[in-house]
Amino acid sequence: MRPFSYQRATDPDMAVQALSAAAAANHPLSQAIAQPLAGGTTLIDLMKLDVMRPAAIVDINPLAQAWSAIEPGSDSLRLGALAKMSDVAAHAEIQRNYPVIASSLKLAASAQLRNMATLGGNVMQRTRCSYFRDVSYENCNKRNPGSGCAAMDGVNRMHAVLGTSDQCIATYPGDLAQALIALDAVVEITGRAGTRSIPFAELHKAPGNSPDIETTLQPGELISAFSIQGRWPRSVYLKARDRQSYEFALSSAAIALDVQDGTIRDARVGLGGVATMPWRAREAEALLKGQKFDEALAQRVADAAFADARGRRHNSFKIALGKRVVARALQQAVTMEI
Amino acid sequence: MSDTSSSKRSAFDRRAFMAGAAGSALVPITARAATEEAKAPAAQDPSLPVEVTLHVNGKDKRLRIDARTTVLDALRDHLKLTGSKKGCDHGQCGACTVLIDDRRVVSCLTLALAAEGQEITTIEGLATDDRLHPMQQAFVDNDAFQCGYCTPGQIMSAVACVKEGHAGSEADIREYMSGNICRCAAYPNIVAAVKQAAPEIMKG
Repeated sequence: MRPFSYQRATDPDMAVQALSAAAAANHPLSQAIAQPLAGGTTLIDLMKLDVMRPAAIVDINPLAQAWSAIEPGSDSLRLGALAKMSDVAAHAEIQRNYPVIASSLKLAASAQLRNMATLGGNVMQRTRCSYFRDVSYENCNKRNPGSGCAAMDGVNRMHAVLGTSDQCIATYPGDLAQALIALDAVVEITGRAGTRSIPFAELHKAPGNSPDIETTLQPGELISAFSIQGRWPRSVYLKARDRQSYEFALSSAAIALDVQDGTIRDARVGLGGVATMPWRAREAEALLKGQKFDEALAQRVADAAFADARGRRHNSFKIALGKRVVARALQQAVTMEI
Repeated sequence: MSDTSSSKRSAFDRRAFMAGAAGSALVPITARAATEEAKAPAAQDPSLPVEVTLHVNGKDKRLRIDARTTVLDALRDHLKLTGSKKGCDHGQCGACTVLIDDRRVVSCLTLALAAEGQEITTIEGLATDDRLHPMQQAFVDNDAFQCGYCTPGQIMSAVACVKEGHAGSEADIREYMSGNICRCAAYPNIVAAVKQAAPEIMKG
């Protein structure tokens, strides 16, 4: 690990100011000279691998008092960005009214990592692409822009089939983000000019021609909270993976439904493990609205969700797997007792 | 946007930043906004050791360490508490599990500086006098290890697993102990040990 200076930010202004150091350097956020430290489960790991090389660490954990509240309202939810994954997963009201959030967290990482990692850091976690994580591969457009992509014709079993470009096929690895994008969460961002809010769907960027730019956050900006309108008791997170526990998704689905008298009034479909960014399958959602559920509908929805999918040598199985995950998750959401 | 000079540019900027940081207790950007200077957090010179006080197993330990030192390295290399093990050093195997403020974490991904002021409990802090902690005794009773390398992490994780209320069934124990890898695959005996110790730990 390269040397860095360590600072503790005791209020948001301090944090934002210290992190703004990177703005002058014109780097994408992911390579900014100053990086915030929350749970550290991504940052310290990638610093040990020499993938991330910040010269300054700004420890934002002292902000937890202000930024870690879990606040269920009568018809809304606000989650502080420094809330720990484990605390949110264990919260009774979130389990009851937002099961898709609780289980996306419970099915992620390990108990130890969930005690450390925060919600803000979780959605900002970097890809697990083995070529990105191994600096002995020079050709990684995400790490080393313009250098090529070793995964294209390498071992790409874990890679994405949706949202890819000819520059990058790295999978977005998280789980919570699929739940947040499906529920139309709003991201509250604190920066030098105060706070701004954006839809969760506008936080991450597809790789396109610049896979090194992963989000629309600017250096010096921090996620301070997420908020969700409405309640989604009929929602599930289904995760298919190589191991039963403690493994990233090969394919996952975040489904939230509003069903009245057997008719689907509203439907949300988020996909994980298969895309380069948190993925919302809006065309699939459109097929569900106003319909009564049956297996044929589930199949049509699953097909629609993967209509634009493109597999490569080792990962084409994710298209068939992903469709089955969507169909099964829909079935679970429709039949769950609430 | 395919800028091939990016990595070079990155190295240059990093050096410039470090040079600036070395001469000053403050982050250099504050020079751009003098009025905000007073609010900038103090940054330490990365080339110098830092003073940190860790609270380990009930005792304050004052250390001079490199800022990069993790809690695991502080325990093993500076405090000679070698019970916590370094397996993967990347938060994947659980061998380094300790309790910080009574919550299990992987000490290999926790900076010592960030743990200042928190209560760290290691495997060395579990037993009282000459009496093993119930979880330690349960691991002995159930032969819950072969080589033993993962065992301190397993035991620390298991103590927390029980206290979290996640040891109610074998399925729960397996799920909530999945962050601790045992390459000897002593899992059935580990599950048995956790089941044995759970009631005793819960009654305090």
